[in-house]
Amino acid sequence: MIPEGSLLIAEDLHKTYAHTPALAGACFSIHPGEVVAVLGPSGSGKSTLLHCLAGIVQPDAGRVRYAGRDLTALSDAERSALRRTDFGFVFQFGQLVPELSCTENVALPLRLAGIRRKAAEQVAMEWLERLEVADSGSKRPGEISGGQGQRVAVARALVTSPRVVFADEPTGALDSYSGERVMELLTEAARSSNAAVVLVTHETRVAAYSDREIVVRDGRTRDPDHSL
Amino acid sequence: MSIGHTLLALLESGPRHGYDLKRAFDEKFGHDRPLHYGQVYSTMSRLLKNGLVEVDGIEAGGGPDRKRYAITEAGITDVATWLTQPEKPEPYLQSTLYTKVVIALLTGRSAAALLDTQRAEHLRLMRVLTDRKRRGDLADQLICDHALFHLEADLRWLELTSTRLDRLAAEVRP
Repeated sequence: MIPEGSLLIAEDLHKTYAHTPALAGACFSIHPGEVVAVLGPSGSGKSTLLHCLAGIVQPDAGRVRYAGRDLTALSDAERSALRRTDFGFVFQFGQLVPELSCTENVALPLRLAGIRRKAAEQVAMEWLERLEVADSGSKRPGEISGGQGQRVAVARALVTSPRVVFADEPTGALDSYSGERVMELLTEAARSSNAAVVLVTHETRVAAYSDREIVVRDGRTRDPDHSL
Repeated sequence: MSIGHTLLALLESGPRHGYDLKRAFDEKFGHDRPLHYGQVYSTMSRLLKNGLVEVDGIEAGGGPDRKRYAITEAGITDVATWLTQPEKPEPYLQSTLYTKVVIALLTGRSAAALLDTQRAEHLRLMRVLTDRKRRGDLADQLICDHALFHLEADLRWLELTSTRLDRLAAEVRP
């Protein structure tokens, strides 16, 4: 049964890469403003599930519905547009453009949406301040620490006020303290903006920042709270 | 926790009444389990009997709560000895969870479901502690971190065990 009021729903997803099944009947649902952790051992299909939910990868079978629309029926261009306007992304590594300053990095999604430089950078600065990295604004990603870089990445993911933030091992490269601070800031900012967060992690301490968890094993999901 | 040693150590900064000792203990260490007055007075009686504290004065009105206690030289030595001795690490060899897993396998029930249910319960507590840590002061953060690291260790065991259930089943089933 699908919980009422879900923003993003996946039903019976299947995906195989070169004869290796990555998803074999995965289900998922998330409400606006909810933080859901996707847990599971390496190779269980967590990241593939995230990629299918975000419309980056098309499943071989099954459906993903976002705000009432069938994501799997959209064209590549439509899915790209949706990712720019409605979704934010935080990954473990390499997501900031090294040639741009941190402010320019955060402003980038707004610039791509057609907002003028000055206005975009003003909003970017506000987000950097909120993520406690305002001092890094004029620096390039190579000049700041990993923890600061992830805060900049979180600011960039949230700057367009997305309805869903996809975070794939966002603290995987950080020490325990920096990682927890990133999680605190990410979940606080997302909750206050009523953005849902799909958090893929293998760290249970990181998962503890979520509202609930689902477990992926051998491409199948188990949700202790919802029987999907 | 050794309540006796902790109360003794709290007396090192100066004599206190039993009530003050309870308040100081609760403030620093009694986050979830404040001391009962009875525990304080029975502990102080034992420390008194062992010569580790002495009665520094009694206020008019009598009764055990009127006594003011002071630490003795023997008490200070006892605290110092306690602090220099390492605590025995908990070996965790008698695990109810392990027993449950084996019983589930022996009786043909789902050990995987048992582990999933336990994981959810552990995570529920981790969320409570994480939230408390976020709102708390440094003392709260350290206390919660200690608990969180232990829960995390349990979860790693749950995860590892869930990947070895087939092998374990082959070993334990007759």
